[in-house]
Amino acid sequence: MIEYWNPLIERMPVDELEMMQEKKLKNLVNYVYQHSEFYKNRFDDAGVKPEDIRTLDDLKKLPFTYKSDLRDTYPTGMFCVPNEQLVRFHVSSGTTGKPTVVGYTKNDIHEWNTSLARALTSIGVGRGDVIQVSYGYGLFTGGLGLHYGAEEVGSTVLPTSSGNTEKQLELMQDLNSSVIACTPSYFLFMSEVAKQNDLSIQNDTKLKAGIFGAEPWSEEMRDRIEEATGIKAYDIYGTSELSGPLCTECQYQDGIHIWADQFLIEVIDPETGEQLNDGERGELVITTLAKEALPLIRYRIGDITVINKEPCKCGRTHPRIMRVLGRADDMLIVRGINVFPGQVESVLMTIPEVGEHFLILVDRVNELDVMKIQIEMTDEAFSDKVNDIIALEEKVQAALKNVLNLAVKVELVEKGSIPRSMGKAKKVIDNRKL
Amino acid sequence: MEEKIIKQISLFAENKPGRLANIAANFRKAGINIRAFTIAEAGDFGIIRMVVDKPDQAHEVLHNAGFTVSETSVLGVEMEDVPGGLGKIADVLGDKGINIDYAYAFVTKTEKALLILRVNDIDGAIKILNDAGIKLIDMANIQEI
Repeated sequence: MIEYWNPLIERMPVDELEMMQEKKLKNLVNYVYQHSEFYKNRFDDAGVKPEDIRTLDDLKKLPFTYKSDLRDTYPTGMFCVPNEQLVRFHVSSGTTGKPTVVGYTKNDIHEWNTSLARALTSIGVGRGDVIQVSYGYGLFTGGLGLHYGAEEVGSTVLPTSSGNTEKQLELMQDLNSSVIACTPSYFLFMSEVAKQNDLSIQNDTKLKAGIFGAEPWSEEMRDRIEEATGIKAYDIYGTSELSGPLCTECQYQDGIHIWADQFLIEVIDPETGEQLNDGERGELVITTLAKEALPLIRYRIGDITVINKEPCKCGRTHPRIMRVLGRADDMLIVRGINVFPGQVESVLMTIPEVGEHFLILVDRVNELDVMKIQIEMTDEAFSDKVNDIIALEEKVQAALKNVLNLAVKVELVEKGSIPRSMGKAKKVIDNRKL
Repeated sequence: MEEKIIKQISLFAENKPGRLANIAANFRKAGINIRAFTIAEAGDFGIIRMVVDKPDQAHEVLHNAGFTVSETSVLGVEMEDVPGGLGKIADVLGDKGINIDYAYAFVTKTEKALLILRVNDIDGAIKILNDAGIKLIDMANIQEI
């Protein structure tokens, strides 16, 4: 028995969904053209008028928007409503330059909660579940986003935020948390602390599912987590510009359903900007169909993925994006070869001797890029024969070379020496002066 | 045969300052004495191997301090501290096809030399050395040193 939050919408035939999208898109372009100086100028510069957009196919006539547009119009220059209509701000930390500010009307919050309510229902989370929200609360959207989404479906929220890990584990046991929401890095750290305290997540807690996101993670990492802790690990997608965490995989764990009545997605060639066909790998571009305060038109979110419009076993008709291995911003170019940290993770997690933590170090030595990957020695893999350790390093090097097509140096370091993260883990240190 | 096996403590350490001091401090606190000690160094990392008077406790102390540590079965061979002592042992094992993974030696107060050996077939090595009249020491001997 598959449960839906809104069966009518979630199972709507694709042609009806597309009609709905077309109508919403036409309204949207009129709306932003009238309410935002920014969009009006952007459309005028591109020579597009709202009335040029008649069908979904006309989407490609519209100009892109970029993260830099949000920074350039800091703080609220792209907003389409006066500030008094806003009920909340979130602010994303700017790793480069200014942060970006997102504002929400009451209806924006409602749409956000609805998106998460559908997602949570699709993984069997609802009334009777205790959701431990270990994403950070505050300016970051993870904590508050999941918080209200979980309340929407009638679950009980345990708003622990991130950090204070031993307390988190104690509350997880005492209050019977059945679901945890945090970054995969933080859950790994939590599992490590549990182990140090002779606590088994599988046997000593009621945890059945984890909702992991806010950083890219691999299919292989999922296998590791599920095997080690006995929970189901679900991928969640979203970003502050789109409101926050929004959509998850369904129970079949085969791609993330993006609600078509709220978002219009396309995949483009990042070099040429041309639309790609379904099933082709490219850069995800999102148009928001239901946002009032900060609608985004063809927003270049930068994630590299594949859109899958095949019907899903769960009966939902909304398109899926397949696992996002990284944001274009995270991509490293080493000796001319593109490398995503997610690819490295995928390879490492297939090697049983390698633990869950790793760090990629890139440097330039004598005009040549060198990539070094540190992995931690584990108790299980440790041999006191030097040759065995060198053989392990060589085995990992060969596996990485095979996938990345790039020679990397693997260095085993002491366990616990790679910094642990309560939030988004820093997996790359690039020391090149480019 | 079991009692002739010596539990050696092996640990993985990055080649960086302060690692040995950290180990020593942990042992001092726990009252553990090191009888023999060697470092096999390979570039960025090293393996520290030690024979101590209380191996189980040493393992626990180091594990709790966050080290990757294991107990490894090795042999302790008593040699006369005179030229040719080592050669005899190596010959006996080599003749029977037993490989020495690594070895290190130290001299005791009683003017004997002790050789610590890790071999690829520990039970076979014990039998061969016994048959050749070479004396193996046990954990009790280690504690008495």
